[in-house]
Amino acid sequence: MTLTEILFYAFSAVLIVAAVGVITARNPVHAALFLVFAFFNSAILWLLMEAEFLAIVLVLVYVGAVMVLFLFVVMMLDINLAQMREGFTRYAPLGIVIAALVVIEIGSVVWVKQLGVDAAPALATGAEGYSNTRDLGELLYTKYLYPFELAAVLLLLAIVAAISLTMRQRRGVKTQDIAAQVSVRAKDRIRLVKMDAEKDA
Amino acid sequence: MIRLEFVLMLAGLLFALSVAGIFLNRKNVILLLMCIELMLLAVNFNFIAFARQLGDLDGQIFVFFIMTVAAAEAAIGLAILVVLFREKKSINVEELDEMKG
Repeated sequence: MTLTEILFYAFSAVLIVAAVGVITARNPVHAALFLVFAFFNSAILWLLMEAEFLAIVLVLVYVGAVMVLFLFVVMMLDINLAQMREGFTRYAPLGIVIAALVVIEIGSVVWVKQLGVDAAPALATGAEGYSNTRDLGELLYTKYLYPFELAAVLLLLAIVAAISLTMRQRRGVKTQDIAAQVSVRAKDRIRLVKMDAEKDA
Repeated sequence: MIRLEFVLMLAGLLFALSVAGIFLNRKNVILLLMCIELMLLAVNFNFIAFARQLGDLDGQIFVFFIMTVAAAEAAIGLAILVVLFREKKSINVEELDEMKG
């Protein structure tokens, strides 16, 4: 076994442990932190599998942005933990059975049939001056330019959707309304009433 | 040399764990979203493993797009969750029955 293999097995084991932590953690904050841990381990595994650019993107985008968003929401909402845990043990057997089924199915396909996927002429990853990022960039800006633009539009759409969903006008808050202030006229505010002088009794 | 079968089994195990997680945490919408993120991660493992095995970078491009879509999905999902909590003061899946006929 080479060092790469040993590292790969070790980090795979840690990744599985982290995934178990995500689904069994009592507290959603702990689950989110376990998920961050799982993402870090995945980034290391992707580095070992020579997907350097994606490994860095995983850390930057997922750990840096998505998981922070998750933690932010988890901490903002006041969740009744006891109520959320109801039915946890009741549905555990069913979940385990289905998980085992998925593993057995995938295992039977992958392991028993041995796939027969031959290792093609590998990428020249060891070559001098090889850059995973540059190769990906060349593909992304030529062959996949159109999907790339679509992905950008999708992200813009997500920004607009998220902001428009969460923006709200709160009632009864004392804020300044400049337009209303400017457009006000004296006759709206003061009413002059003409009346006769009172006589002394 | 990392064997392809091992990576595929790892991804399968990760996917199975997240499926189990959806069953276990079926009341908590936040944990359901986290399990979906974990599932997408498992799928990405397959793409990267095959990209390496076949010497073809298109698989890695696909992972790139999956991550874009997953980020958009997480942002919109969490926004919906925040609005939901503001309306109902709860994120319990069982209380979300307004649309029931």
